[in-house]
Amino acid sequence: MLHTFVALVDDKPGVLTRVASLFRRLNINIISLTVGHSERSEVSRMTIVAEAAPGSGHRIKASLFKLESVLDVDDIGQLSCVTRELALIKVAATPHTRAPIFQLAEIFRARVVDLAPESLMLEITGVASKIEGLIQVLSEGDNQILEISRTGRMVMRRGQHTSRVLDAMRVASPEEEPIIPITATAGDVGLELLAGDPNHPL
Amino acid sequence: MSDKPASAASQPTRLTGSEIVWATLEGEGVREVFGYPGGQILPIYDALRKYPIRHILVRHEQGAAHMADGYARASGKVGVAVATSGPGATNLVTGIATAMMDSIPMVCITGQIPTKLLGTDAFQEVDITGITLPITKHNYIVTRTQDIAPVLREAFLIASSGRPGPVLVDITKDAQQGSADFDFAAAAPSPHRPHPMLSAEHDAITAALDLILSAKRPIILAGHGVLESNATDQVLTLAERLNIPVASTLLGLGGFPASHELSLGMMGMHGEAWVNQAIQQSDLLIACGMRFDDRVTGVLASYAPNAKKIHIEIDPAEVNKNVKVDVALIGDLREILETVLPHIVPRKDTTWIRAVNILKGDAAVRDIKNLPDLGHLYAAHVIHDLWRATDGKAIVVTDVGQHQMWEAQYYKHESPRTLITSGGLGTMGFALPAAIGAKIACPDREVWVIAGDGGFQMTASELSTIVQEKLDIRIAVINNGFLGMVRQWQEFIYERNYACSPILSPDFVKIADAHGIPGATVRKRGEVLPAVQAARSAMGPFLINFMVEKEDAVYPMIAPGSALDEMIRRPSNGHDAKEK
Ligand SMILES: Cc1ncc(C[n+]2csc(CCOP(=O)(O)OP(=O)(O)O)c2C)c(N)n1
Repeated sequence: MLHTFVALVDDKPGVLTRVASLFRRLNINIISLTVGHSERSEVSRMTIVAEAAPGSGHRIKASLFKLESVLDVDDIGQLSCVTRELALIKVAATPHTRAPIFQLAEIFRARVVDLAPESLMLEITGVASKIEGLIQVLSEGDNQILEISRTGRMVMRRGQHTSRVLDAMRVASPEEEPIIPITATAGDVGLELLAGDPNHPL
Repeated sequence: MSDKPASAASQPTRLTGSEIVWATLEGEGVREVFGYPGGQILPIYDALRKYPIRHILVRHEQGAAHMADGYARASGKVGVAVATSGPGATNLVTGIATAMMDSIPMVCITGQIPTKLLGTDAFQEVDITGITLPITKHNYIVTRTQDIAPVLREAFLIASSGRPGPVLVDITKDAQQGSADFDFAAAAPSPHRPHPMLSAEHDAITAALDLILSAKRPIILAGHGVLESNATDQVLTLAERLNIPVASTLLGLGGFPASHELSLGMMGMHGEAWVNQAIQQSDLLIACGMRFDDRVTGVLASYAPNAKKIHIEIDPAEVNKNVKVDVALIGDLREILETVLPHIVPRKDTTWIRAVNILKGDAAVRDIKNLPDLGHLYAAHVIHDLWRATDGKAIVVTDVGQHQMWEAQYYKHESPRTLITSGGLGTMGFALPAAIGAKIACPDREVWVIAGDGGFQMTASELSTIVQEKLDIRIAVINNGFLGMVRQWQEFIYERNYACSPILSPDFVKIADAHGIPGATVRKRGEVLPAVQAARSAMGPFLINFMVEKEDAVYPMIAPGSALDEMIRRPSNGHDAKEK
């Protein structure tokens, strides 16, 4: 099962090794790990996605807390949160073969960020299934994918919602996931989707 | 720069980094350190003369780490080891891992090559913070003089707070040589942050009390945490009020008085039959500061199958790790017991304790102490006699192997910190150096080393440390001509293929003699007490070489993969018997 942890850590040399080493010692494979600045100075934020037994979340969280460099840990589990990942995808394309790729990009709301005689580069942001969906349709077509770079997952818990908001979010159409076979959970639906919703309480 | 010892007063003084090291240690209450000099730590050694700290020169840095460890185990204070960069630092590794596995508070200080050379493979450079990352509670590399005092103070706090453990501080030579303002008070670390997942909330305590109230056959499992949190009185009260038996882990021995009628002794792989049987028959385990290590549970699927489990433990990462528990009270054992005890109603029912006592009686006929004396010298006899002769009051420091298990079975420890042994890592070579640390920590106590002929040879060079430091340490080598515990496994599991387990040893008495240490060899039961008396009346160290039965085995034994009550028992008629 995939576990997602958000850890706030000291922004100091060696901290990443300590965190990574813990997973190595527990013999747990890290699927993705993103690190960057947080809202606090001298504190970095890590999102760690790891494949581990269903019951192991407690122990991983407790072990992370034991690291002196770790200030806070959140085991995201099934909590309602916004999940995003960014990917850059370089596809082989000549001026003749670009058009269908542009179309796909539009459907997936990906952006073309580089155009060369032999290739083009797409930038896509979203949940993992959306990115994987684009990769899938690209490779199902005649397109040759030259390179993929994915940031790994970033996660942030949603704010406190009234039940009406949650209800509204559940009925809202998952606009962000228009054609992907894997349906998004309520937690993956962005609040921004509600902007035009007459039932929106805010 | 001042030539006077810096005091711990809150007056900034300009000092060198090396002086700051000692001044900070002094402020932390350190009186003794164990170490070995070398190029990258020479500035620190040079500054030592200005400070009232005793340095014990070891013969190998592994010894320094074990001494600091033994010092900490005997005293409850943080032990300190010092080594140079490169090989000095790597030699500490086994000792650090030993302390980590047993949660021992220790601070190791290593010298490091100058900051500007880091990462260049300079002479005697080694990435010791990288190497020790998984075997320290935390570690630091200090490259600026002004950071030395705050880092060292934080290291002491981390080593000794929560679940204790070793901390390593690597200090570059330029940081040692630079100078900075020293202000001990200003360098104080921010207060210890308790682990945020501690929880012994009202609901959990009520649930635990309910389990205790409804249990018919409860048993207390007393671990190392009983000693670490100074909860011996609380555990005693709990046991007496409920009138239930107490089984100890290896590191928990001494946490509950062995002569107490409720004491069962050591549980686990080499626990006596009645201890493990009682655990298997119990309907409630009250686990106090122990971590259900594989050496105490046997095969997990059949561990205490009918028992509910209450786990009182300071480290949340230990809860539900090996054994799924019904109620977890996570926090300091003593504090939790103090909260719980007022609600414990005395239990009148004696059925359970009587049943346990019958189990105990059944096993006694197989007890080696009851074997007829046919001229053989059994290690168990030696340890039994040693216990008698020392009134059970010595601090015994063991090595690892059969003798360690016999010690745990036959030396009855009445009070905490009287058994010092490497449990989690099982480090051969631990005993002699750890005993030196214990003797330095408790100079007025009688200290005995009990080591096998194999393990003793791993760190025997520390004999000259004993002599140089004039330490009155008594040494019992249990000499069976084998790496005994390995031989035992080969006997039971590898069809007596004694591959590489016979070991040749020098004449240990002559080795002692070469150090100016008197000694004696004992071959018969009748010679045990006189030799022990000679050792006790010697005016300094003494070594006894006990030539024991070569192929004796520690019984009972739970073979790997067996349930806790499927044990191999001491043959009463010449044959091993596997029984339930
Ligand atoms: C450093 C180290 N190496 C190897 C072992 C594996 N080992 C465990 S017990 C043992 C035999 C110990 O023999 P000895 O010191 O003679 O003691 P005895 O078992 O005979 O009492 C060995 C080799 C160990 N525990 N530690």
